[in-house]
Amino acid sequence: METTITESRETLTAGTSMDETRGLTYPRIECKNINVSYGDKQAIFDISLPIPDRSVTALIGPSGCGKSTFLRCLNRMNDTIESCKVTGEIIMDGENINDPDIDPVLLRSRVGMVFQKPNPFPKSIFDNIAYGPRIHGLAETREDLDEMVEKSLRRAGLWEEVKDRLSSPGNSLSGGQQQRLCIARAIAVRPEVILMDEPCSALDPVATARIEELIDELRKRYCIVIVTHSMQQAARVSQRTAFFHLGELVEMGETDQIFTNPRERRTEDYITGRFG
Amino acid sequence: MIQQLGHLPMGWLLLALLAMLASGGFFVGRVQAERFSGATGSVRVHSRPNYHGYYVAMWTFVPALVVALAYAMLGEGIVRSLLAGELPANFQSMPSVELDVYLDSIARAAFDHGYGGADRVFSAIANRFLELQGMVKASAIGLALISAACGFFLARRKVAPSFRARNRVEGGIELFLFLCAGIAIATTVGIVASLLYESLRFFSEIPFWDFLFGTRWNAQTSAEFGALPLFYGTFMIALIAMLIAAPVGLFAAIYLSEYAGPTVRAWVKPVLEVLAGIPTVVYGFFALLVVAPAIRAVAVWINMTLMSAGITAEPLLAAQPTSALAAGLVMGIMVIPFVSSLSDDVINAVPQTLRDAAYAMGATKSETVKHVVLPAALPGIIASLLLAVSRAIGETMIVVMAAGQRARISPDPTADLTTITVQIVALLTGETEFDSPKTLSAFALGLVLFVITLFFNLIALRVVQKYREKYD
Amino acid sequence: MTDAAPAPFRNEKALKRLKKRRAADMRFKFYGMSAIAFALAALSLLIISILSQAMSAATYHIVRYDVVLDPAVIAPPGKDKPADVARNIDGFYDLLRDNLLQTFPDVQGNRLETRQLGDLLTRLAVLPVAKSVAANPTQIGQEMTIKVPLNDDLDLYLKGAVSPEARLKLGAVEQGIETTPGRVTLSGANAFKGLQSLIAAQRAEVGDAVDARSILVTAGKSTGRVVSMSADALEMDLLTGSASDFNAARPLARVIALPESQRNVSDDQIAWTLALKDMGRISRVPHFSLLTHTDSTYPELAGALAAIVGSLLTMLVTAFIAIPVGIFASVYLEEFAPRNRLTEIIEVNINNLAAVPSIVFGLLGAAVFLGFFGLPRSAPLVGGLVLALLTLPTIIIASRAALKSVPPSIRAAALGVGASKMQSVFHHVLPVAGPGIFTGAILGMARALGETAPLLLIGMVAFVADVPTGPTDESTALPVLVYSWATHAERAWEPMTAAVIVILLMFLITMNGIVVFLRRRFERRW
Repeated sequence: METTITESRETLTAGTSMDETRGLTYPRIECKNINVSYGDKQAIFDISLPIPDRSVTALIGPSGCGKSTFLRCLNRMNDTIESCKVTGEIIMDGENINDPDIDPVLLRSRVGMVFQKPNPFPKSIFDNIAYGPRIHGLAETREDLDEMVEKSLRRAGLWEEVKDRLSSPGNSLSGGQQQRLCIARAIAVRPEVILMDEPCSALDPVATARIEELIDELRKRYCIVIVTHSMQQAARVSQRTAFFHLGELVEMGETDQIFTNPRERRTEDYITGRFG
Repeated sequence: MIQQLGHLPMGWLLLALLAMLASGGFFVGRVQAERFSGATGSVRVHSRPNYHGYYVAMWTFVPALVVALAYAMLGEGIVRSLLAGELPANFQSMPSVELDVYLDSIARAAFDHGYGGADRVFSAIANRFLELQGMVKASAIGLALISAACGFFLARRKVAPSFRARNRVEGGIELFLFLCAGIAIATTVGIVASLLYESLRFFSEIPFWDFLFGTRWNAQTSAEFGALPLFYGTFMIALIAMLIAAPVGLFAAIYLSEYAGPTVRAWVKPVLEVLAGIPTVVYGFFALLVVAPAIRAVAVWINMTLMSAGITAEPLLAAQPTSALAAGLVMGIMVIPFVSSLSDDVINAVPQTLRDAAYAMGATKSETVKHVVLPAALPGIIASLLLAVSRAIGETMIVVMAAGQRARISPDPTADLTTITVQIVALLTGETEFDSPKTLSAFALGLVLFVITLFFNLIALRVVQKYREKYD
Repeated sequence: MTDAAPAPFRNEKALKRLKKRRAADMRFKFYGMSAIAFALAALSLLIISILSQAMSAATYHIVRYDVVLDPAVIAPPGKDKPADVARNIDGFYDLLRDNLLQTFPDVQGNRLETRQLGDLLTRLAVLPVAKSVAANPTQIGQEMTIKVPLNDDLDLYLKGAVSPEARLKLGAVEQGIETTPGRVTLSGANAFKGLQSLIAAQRAEVGDAVDARSILVTAGKSTGRVVSMSADALEMDLLTGSASDFNAARPLARVIALPESQRNVSDDQIAWTLALKDMGRISRVPHFSLLTHTDSTYPELAGALAAIVGSLLTMLVTAFIAIPVGIFASVYLEEFAPRNRLTEIIEVNINNLAAVPSIVFGLLGAAVFLGFFGLPRSAPLVGGLVLALLTLPTIIIASRAALKSVPPSIRAAALGVGASKMQSVFHHVLPVAGPGIFTGAILGMARALGETAPLLLIGMVAFVADVPTGPTDESTALPVLVYSWATHAERAWEPMTAAVIVILLMFLITMNGIVVFLRRRFERRW
């Protein structure tokens, strides 16, 4: 049932031009008045931001501007930090995911995340991918699971490289491969949204390029939010860009517009390298 | 006169002598150096006068110290062997043990300022002992002085403006520091050597395999040295202890590192460490006073119930006043902090990014712990368990007080069993002679204990080291 | 499009599965909490059981004797020099026992009872009295009040530790009549009805075993043991005192659960003790002798002084060796050691030594210090040496950690102003690491203070009656005293042992308190 819907959405977007895509997207996630504080220190001030489906939204800004913190609100990863307090509404599929009776475990099965440093589990490549489907009970049979692992690895562009050594440990791969493994691992749970927290910052340029291609590929199926400290990367992979500064959302818009014709002075200063 | 010298209080005398030599050397060296350093600035002086002083003091003090230490270790032995060589022929034919005992009494009599008894031979020997002792003491002091003087003059000749006294002194200090670190090696060598030496003497009388695989142990009364029942008892009690300590320690560590808030952690962690700080003899008393009677009562109750229900005709459990279960249970409590604190450390060392990855996939907390954190921390946890096993095997006081003395192989946990450590204590308390197989068997047991615990420790330490390297 | 999708957060299948997973989560958390609860419960049980035992030893009963120091008894001609008086334990004992015999004249002539009465007083308990009289001979011939500890079993009886005991105030007795010598009949309307129903209740509980129980009835100084009774009359053997004491009295009945044959105190002794108590001659006082006496075979006379001093001497030797050597060794390993095979071996060695069972160090001490070097047995010197080797690895590891935490910038700063490596270490690094090293040293010493097994092997378990004065004297140590007292058979040793444990723990708490204080005081964040 679910798959057929996904398929139909895929056929819908396949072959449409970029402009059309933009016109078709609707906000997958609608953030309203988000405030985050750690203890007494407020990190995010009243941010409202719509995030469109099937496109890449880049969050940029100098370090410590709260972009990672904001990203972690989207799958409630901030719950794992004791002193962290989040207020405001994040609407996804008509539900406020900040609502106490939304179980973060269910939320996270629909909002995957990829981290700064590749962090494969101390398990085999296969088990790394299969972990999510297993805990969520997505696979009925072993064949299902095998298929799921293969599909995820294919989507992450890793299948050809690892198909002969699925049982070797996940951290025996190179850094770039590990990061793609982590992406595959996130995909395997069949999320609708993928959050990426500076996914290339620990990688060399070749591996980075590979990941960027992959992101562009994944955009056709998923809603992707990426935090990056590299403006070039934001310009390369994203359709929309939001500029954060000191916990505030300064400016948000089409990536082309932000980089060529920013409305705000601070944005211009940042992208022209005057600070940050 | 020489006899009077025999009564010299050598300890204090040598100490005073050493102090005098050191300070004398220091002043001479310093004054000499001050002369040239205080004079003109024409010569570049390498070291400050104090260092010249230290240098001379070092060379005066150290040779005398070597002589003094040699005397402290060997003096008595030299006197004895000299005396034994002079004794009449009928003494020479005495067995060495008896001769030792005789010489002990001579030494004691001589020490008590003469012997007033009627035995003329004895008193003559005691006097001769004092004379010899006086000679040895006098020559030790003489030797100390001569060597100090040699060192002093050699060192003094070197004192000159260009002499790098500081470097030499620092080299000397560094050597001293190295020797201090070497004491650890010396201790291990001492342990291995003494255990091996005495054990080999034991195995020259009792065949090695009979000791290792014999099933009858009766060292106190008859000479039966089959240690298998002791190994069994040690194993059984350590097993009971680990059955308690492993789950409790591990779950406590998991709870503290993954679930507990900072306040709970701040309170519970030190309290658990209190368990590690309580002397084991206190645990032994607790086992004897509270746990063993309670276990016995329960065992008796089980026996009665089973018998009245007609399930068994005889009492099923031994229900002894001291039991393997009592010792094992209390030992398990003692070992909990050894498991929990090291496990806590290794669990905390698992990088947070791994946990984040699991949470971000929608894993619950327990799934994260079970599937990600524990496998990552597994080597460290195994190491902590191994260290705990080693601790349980080597633990003495609890088993001495609560496990019993009977060497037997019985699967009944309420029976009294004995262990390696219990037997070592039983064999070596009270008067001991170093020649009977009874005493020597304690060292053979000690050797087995040392080898087993060494094995566990080395594996554990290696695993921990590897683990640290991986995540640091 | 969204409306076509099933509401993902309300997906029933997922929620059902999630419920199970959440339950597993709670179970897991519960296991953790139970583990903590188990450990804490074990610790509190241990502490409570020891404290409750020790509380009972915190006070003890002493008996007052008002006697004339009769020279004929304590300083007979020919044995009247102070040294003789100090040694005349028999004389002083006789003096006090005769006083007891005068107090309970009806005992006279009965040898068993005379011996039992004499047992209220331990022979050796008079030793301090003899010594003080000998030091002050003018007291001889004078009247004097002497206070001596009560026999340990009776002390335990008065503390209620010998046997469970039911007490009941009887109804008014009209009179007590001595029918035959030693037999007394009490009469009073319904006076014994309560006692009867008490016995009946106990019979329902334990059956005929109740007949073996002693029922003692006490009024004032007089006590009798019940033979038979009805609601209005009671017949008893008079143990001490006189029948007239019961006239118009409301006596107290005691039903002692443990039969006389199974306890160390007889009914007679209990009766005398109750009488002495009634006379105000027995008082419960703080048990200071636990700290001022040395070991004894009689629990009421025993104290831990020799063991405390022995422990202190041992710790002194240990501290003098282990702390400097440990610090120097760690300085070498942390600051000077080149990274080569030898230092690597030393490192592994130290880590391994820290985990070698302590009893192996005892074997080392027995073989090397006693056997090879011929040092004296049972001496704090040898104990201290063995414990020094035992704690050395602990101290080295802690000191190295402290040295490691000193930031390299301090070393660089010292070297930068032209100090030699040695100077930078001794003038700058060591002082900064000082508190950390000191804490490690105290923790090592605390561990050494509690060690027992190695001391047993070098003979420090001997019975020591004199306070050791130097490191080569025969001596014992606090934990060893705990061991030897705990293995005594007599019940009275249990609270005494617990009390020594409390003393030992006090020392440990103090040492750890210093550590905590230092950590708070010198906590540094670089």
